[in-house]
Amino acid sequence: MSIHKLSLYELHKKFTAGEVTATEIVRAYGLRIGQVESKVKAYITQAKDSVVAQASALDASLKGWRRTSPMMGMPLAIKDNICTEGVRTTCASQMLGNFVPPYDATVIAKLRTQGYLLLGKTNLDEFAMGSSTENSAFGPSRNPWNLQCVPGGSSGGSAAAVAADECAAALGSDTGGSIRQPAAFCGVVGLKPTYGRVSRYGLIAFASSLDQIGPITKDVTDSAFLLGAIAGHDPLDSTSADVPVPDYLKALKKKDLKRLKVGVPVEFFAEGLDPDVELTVRAAIQELKALGGEIKEIQLPRTDAAVATYYVLATAEASSNLARYDGVKFGLRAKETKDLLELYMKTRQEGFGPEVKRRIMLGTYVLSAGYYDAYYGKAQAVRTLIRQDFEAAFQDVDLIVTPVAPTPAFKFGAKADDPLQMYLSDIFTISVNLAGVPAISLPCGFSRGGLPIGLQLIGRPFEEETLLRAAYAYEQSTQWKTKKPVIR
Amino acid sequence: MIYEVVIGVEVHAQLRTKSKLFCGCGTTFGRTANSQTCPLCLGLPGTLPVINRAAVEMAVRAGLALNCTIAANNLFARKNYFYPDLPKGYQISQYEAPICEHGWIEVAGSEGPKRVRIRRAHLEEDAGKSVHVAGSNGSRVDLNRAGTPLLEIVTEPDLRSADEVVSYLKGLRDVLMYLEVCDGNMDEGSFRCEPNLSLRPLGQKEFGTKVELKNINSFKFVKDAVEYEIKRQTKVLNEGGKINQETRLWNLERGETAVMRSKEEAHDYRYFPDPDLVPLKLEKEWIEGCRKQVTELPAARMQRFVSEFALSEYDAGQLTATKAVADFFEASVRLFNQPKTVSNWVMGELTRELNNSGTEASASRVSPERLVSLLQLVEQGTISLKVAREIFPEVYSSGKTPEQIVQEKGLIQVSDEGALDQIIGDVLAMNPTQVAQFKEGKQQVLGFLVGQVMKASGGKANPGKVNELLKRKLV
Repeated sequence: MSIHKLSLYELHKKFTAGEVTATEIVRAYGLRIGQVESKVKAYITQAKDSVVAQASALDASLKGWRRTSPMMGMPLAIKDNICTEGVRTTCASQMLGNFVPPYDATVIAKLRTQGYLLLGKTNLDEFAMGSSTENSAFGPSRNPWNLQCVPGGSSGGSAAAVAADECAAALGSDTGGSIRQPAAFCGVVGLKPTYGRVSRYGLIAFASSLDQIGPITKDVTDSAFLLGAIAGHDPLDSTSADVPVPDYLKALKKKDLKRLKVGVPVEFFAEGLDPDVELTVRAAIQELKALGGEIKEIQLPRTDAAVATYYVLATAEASSNLARYDGVKFGLRAKETKDLLELYMKTRQEGFGPEVKRRIMLGTYVLSAGYYDAYYGKAQAVRTLIRQDFEAAFQDVDLIVTPVAPTPAFKFGAKADDPLQMYLSDIFTISVNLAGVPAISLPCGFSRGGLPIGLQLIGRPFEEETLLRAAYAYEQSTQWKTKKPVIR
Repeated sequence: MIYEVVIGVEVHAQLRTKSKLFCGCGTTFGRTANSQTCPLCLGLPGTLPVINRAAVEMAVRAGLALNCTIAANNLFARKNYFYPDLPKGYQISQYEAPICEHGWIEVAGSEGPKRVRIRRAHLEEDAGKSVHVAGSNGSRVDLNRAGTPLLEIVTEPDLRSADEVVSYLKGLRDVLMYLEVCDGNMDEGSFRCEPNLSLRPLGQKEFGTKVELKNINSFKFVKDAVEYEIKRQTKVLNEGGKINQETRLWNLERGETAVMRSKEEAHDYRYFPDPDLVPLKLEKEWIEGCRKQVTELPAARMQRFVSEFALSEYDAGQLTATKAVADFFEASVRLFNQPKTVSNWVMGELTRELNNSGTEASASRVSPERLVSLLQLVEQGTISLKVAREIFPEVYSSGKTPEQIVQEKGLIQVSDEGALDQIIGDVLAMNPTQVAQFKEGKQQVLGFLVGQVMKASGGKANPGKVNELLKRKLV
């Protein structure tokens, strides 16, 4: 038995049955990480020592006891913008290169209470701004399917770690596609929950009205399993929703799409879509139909405005969210500055990378006196229209199916010098965040170059169960899950 | 040229909540630097604000007392600027939809009572404090105050003189203290005021250019600063000059205002709705619940004291100047139904002891019950009024009951006829001249004789009884 090849849920079953100890799990993953991490570079920080201690403490405390908590003994990787008490949390930025949070994010507190094992903190684009991990101050992660290609982003480290079996599952965060796009690029399952489904407390903010934490996993079952462990209302997050958390695993009982209407938005199959992606996604839609889904063509007419709207709102919020990195209280402080202004300027010059600076400037601009109405105000209005597009569509259908990204994973440097091209790689995922609805990305085939392609299912607010049911039915009827990358 | 002075005022009143506006940290003044902080009010990444219900209640209560409309839908906004004592790089405030709007308060104006319109009052968090240590290189930051809830109360430009400004501020402060939403302490910065002031030729409709005044922490300085600024602006205009739109600081030592920043240097705060806080909806029933907590305000209470207790307006005004004193008075009167006597004691002996020990009436070491037990001793004839006054400082400071003190010192009044007869006999024997004078019809000497008896008894004789017995003996 190779422990690292098991899915999260399979490992949970074995652990619950007492067939494997936490220490054995940590040892197995330590070996696996040792084998492939130098190639994949998924982690910024490996919690090597602390996870060994965690595991032996867990094993010791468990002698003779039942192992009940879902995540007990489960080796997870956490995106490095989620605060972990006592473990450095960098946001892939020089600014927080030495930042050790004195508290846990709510999702981490939940996992800790359940007895999870923290393998380490995974790479991302700096402050989650990017689609490739090329904006990480610690260097990019690599796509396990092709080390010349990006793993996607911003949760590229988490997706790569899951694809490379460097963890049983991972948490990512998704502001405009940052869970789904890397999941698609790395051939794994990524779920962006409904805005408010999972607490944001302790997630280092990029764009507060769009950010959401979610699971990145080896299969759909794991996605349901991990979502259940982190979801729920949190009094520490005013934007978290007081909606009961269902047993998501129960949603996986039906292996069909009977009585589900599936919308295919014409706007998502327009120009610029890679032919391999289109072919693969269209085939997947046929499969959904074969599983009993009723396929309907629908319209989401404001799709073309989503990217522009997103880059006004997200940057506006980011410009304010990132104001606290001023060298005064924590994180980087520039040396040898002669006055306060120079302290601010040098700290922020040295601490932030170019993409973060670009977005802070954009955001500052769109909120400035005289420009607010034309940019921020207008974008808010368009956001409402985009949300209404989805509300209207969900009058007719239960699910919407689209590609995740216009292309499979691209090569390093291919878009790094062209921010606009990079922004467009999120074109199919962004409107989901603007509307606040849930969406899942799951493997639906491969390009001719052997790179994974993702299928996106979008659902109504707080109907993650419907997404998971459909995704599970599709996963069970296809073989994509069984394909694993050979890392070389 | 004759100018009309036009003044509006912004007040930052610190709400008396136990914890801060968006976290559970305490708000006590004067604690060790940075001891009342947590990841949230330090601005650590990933933390999220959660609104303090008590602060909202207090803001609503203040708004209702100031005759404001309460917003059903409250938005919080971020005011963005960099400063070392502003941990997040933005202040959470309210911009477009303040919690209270369109109110008024009646205050004493230069021509009788005047209604000052309240434009808005909104909730916001306070910043921390930068501490500049003399002789050291650089500054320190204390974030104990960061996140403390403030209600910013803004008037329309309705005030016309320094005296009116002071009158408004006193009236507003009384109301907030009465509602127990603000402690009104100006030294500790719990009640900060920033007047803005412009002049216009008398009869002109358009406003002149406005100057904001800062750094004023007492009513006297408000008056001084506003009067100085009126003179300064008058002089500038009379000499054909122009007023610059600017913020000026009051310099206490020099007794003048000086430019802090001009309009050109003013910040662009880039206000936008805070995405971390959902719109706060206040239901009608909830607001009405707050209305029930709006206690009687000073002016109404004064009127009630006049009519209910038959006190003079002056006495009633003194008693209701602070809520604690008025509460003390009412509690005492409820136990001892002689309003005028109680009023005299509260404003006389009690106030003297409070002042001597620098104590607020709410923290008085003597309770209404104890004061009343002293008054009852006088009422019952157990001790004389004089003795009561003499022992009050001890009653106040020792913590002993009046009965205990009277017992210990043997101050119980002598009313026993046998004991008094003997003293009176001695006094009459020692003063034959006065006795003769009385018998000749000189009534005034009775007072002298009473005094002698009192003296001989060591002040313990019951003066009424002495009077009665003397008359009986002499006739």
